Amino acid sequence: MARDKIRIGCGAGFADDRIPPGVEIVERGELDYLAMECLAERTIARETLDRAKDPAKGYTPVLLERMEAIMPPALRRGVKIVTNMGAANPMGAARAVRKHAAEWDCPDYTCAVVRGDEVTDVMRAHPELPLMEDGARLESLLPKMASANAYLGADVVAKGFATGAELVVTGRVADPALFLGPMLHAFGWSYDDYPKLANGTLAGHLLECSGQLTGGCFADPGRKEVEDLAGLGYPLADVWADGRVEVSKTPGSGGRLDVATCTEQLLYEMHDPSAYITPDCVLDASGVTFRTLGHDRVGLDGARGKPRTATYKVVVGYFDGYMGSGEMGFAGINALARAKLGIEVVKERLRRRGLSYEEMRVDLIGMNSLHANDASLCPEPYEVRLRIAARTPDKKAAEAVGAEVRSLHMQGPTGAGGGINFGARQILAVKSVLIPREWVKPEIVMEQAA
Amino acid sequence: MSIRVYDIAHARAGDKGNTSNISVTAYSDEGWQVLRRELTPEVVLGHFRHLTPGPVRRYELPQLRALNFVIENALGGGVTRSLAIDPHGKSLSALMLTVVLPGHNEGVARA
Repeated sequence: MARDKIRIGCGAGFADDRIPPGVEIVERGELDYLAMECLAERTIARETLDRAKDPAKGYTPVLLERMEAIMPPALRRGVKIVTNMGAANPMGAARAVRKHAAEWDCPDYTCAVVRGDEVTDVMRAHPELPLMEDGARLESLLPKMASANAYLGADVVAKGFATGAELVVTGRVADPALFLGPMLHAFGWSYDDYPKLANGTLAGHLLECSGQLTGGCFADPGRKEVEDLAGLGYPLADVWADGRVEVSKTPGSGGRLDVATCTEQLLYEMHDPSAYITPDCVLDASGVTFRTLGHDRVGLDGARGKPRTATYKVVVGYFDGYMGSGEMGFAGINALARAKLGIEVVKERLRRRGLSYEEMRVDLIGMNSLHANDASLCPEPYEVRLRIAARTPDKKAAEAVGAEVRSLHMQGPTGAGGGINFGARQILAVKSVLIPREWVKPEIVMEQAA
Repeated sequence: MSIRVYDIAHARAGDKGNTSNISVTAYSDEGWQVLRRELTPEVVLGHFRHLTPGPVRRYELPQLRALNFVIENALGGGVTRSLAIDPHGKSLSALMLTVVLPGHNEGVARA
């Protein structure tokens, strides 16, 4: 399908991202493609656990709610969709959507599923692999492993669309690849055309966090204003076959897209700007410039690309015990001293119960909880909340933390109010390894044929 | 007179594992000259010393008047297992803006 230009919109930038701006960009964005990125590093581990309990599950929990809102208007307008909401079960996701599509009044559609990102068996076969974080052997994580998925590239997304599918459902795919995939499909770009791969990857990187390009994560009243932040619109990219890219956002939506928002988002989660490694190319963004082309419209220049690496990055999710936490508030005269007494009381009660923790953290919310600064240098606030969090392999010990904090209501210092016991949650941590590309065998499967 | 980074620049923080990266972008060319000269990796490490032993790396993007700081070991052992109330360190951009840069900055417009 030879095209001169396509328009790709972002419909979600994290699993629980706001749905209304996604509907809005479909209805008003005049899109050709919509990409929805919904998989953080560790969420796929949680979904792998869901699948273990119910083989039909394992996709992003908000999948059906999101697709009910977005798929009918998208299909009616001819907007093709790609999403990684398949998570740990892309085929299950595709089947769940199909099951409900008729009741959503969706036009008929075809759906391609990308499989093969899951590599838990490969991990078990290669305990010798070094972890990227600390060089330790993968072996130490294997008994606690919950999931292992390779970050696939845009080629599998393009192959999904090449089947004629209107909907492509994936598991783990590199975030920018969800956007580069439609470009590869529409324009037939090859993997040695580095300038185009670089521009497409840059566009994907800018768009993948939805509202963070369009005025989210930006406003500072009196300093950096964002018009109608409440009505923040999602971003889109116009991409030409020659690799030219301009970014904009839903016409008439709130927010702001300009050189300042683009600069902040360019460097978001980027380390060395000259070597941003993706499965599709190594993006050199060190010379990127932004051109103001109009209100809420910016052109991208200066991206350079180098060949993709010979490896895929794999994120391994593993169980790392439990975290328990709780909070309690104090206000008025001597509030800080009462909060500090509350902390000591909780610690001592946990100690007398014989409970111990790998790590315990104490915060005074209102003074040092976010920047861990020296609270003794802060002016004493009118009100303060104590927060205690601790990690332990023992679930009951984790549960005790929030319970002891909450019981300060009745058995703590005077005037303790607004207590919360957050309970215990299982910690799913992640580490990474690199594996040769040949060890991963992605495949495209049509959902109807299943 | 001294000047806060807040007075001349804006910032955004991102996370990868146990590493925080914080971009700092000047509002003006004058502010950029001050940032580039004064906001060194050593100054940033000093300001974040209670959170991390470092290291801190700095990347320059002069065409965007931006610096990118990569601050290792700053996220309480990593986003997924940190006990911090802000495990991603999203709020650390605001900590960067509180850095006070030394004098000889007269003439820098507070944009």
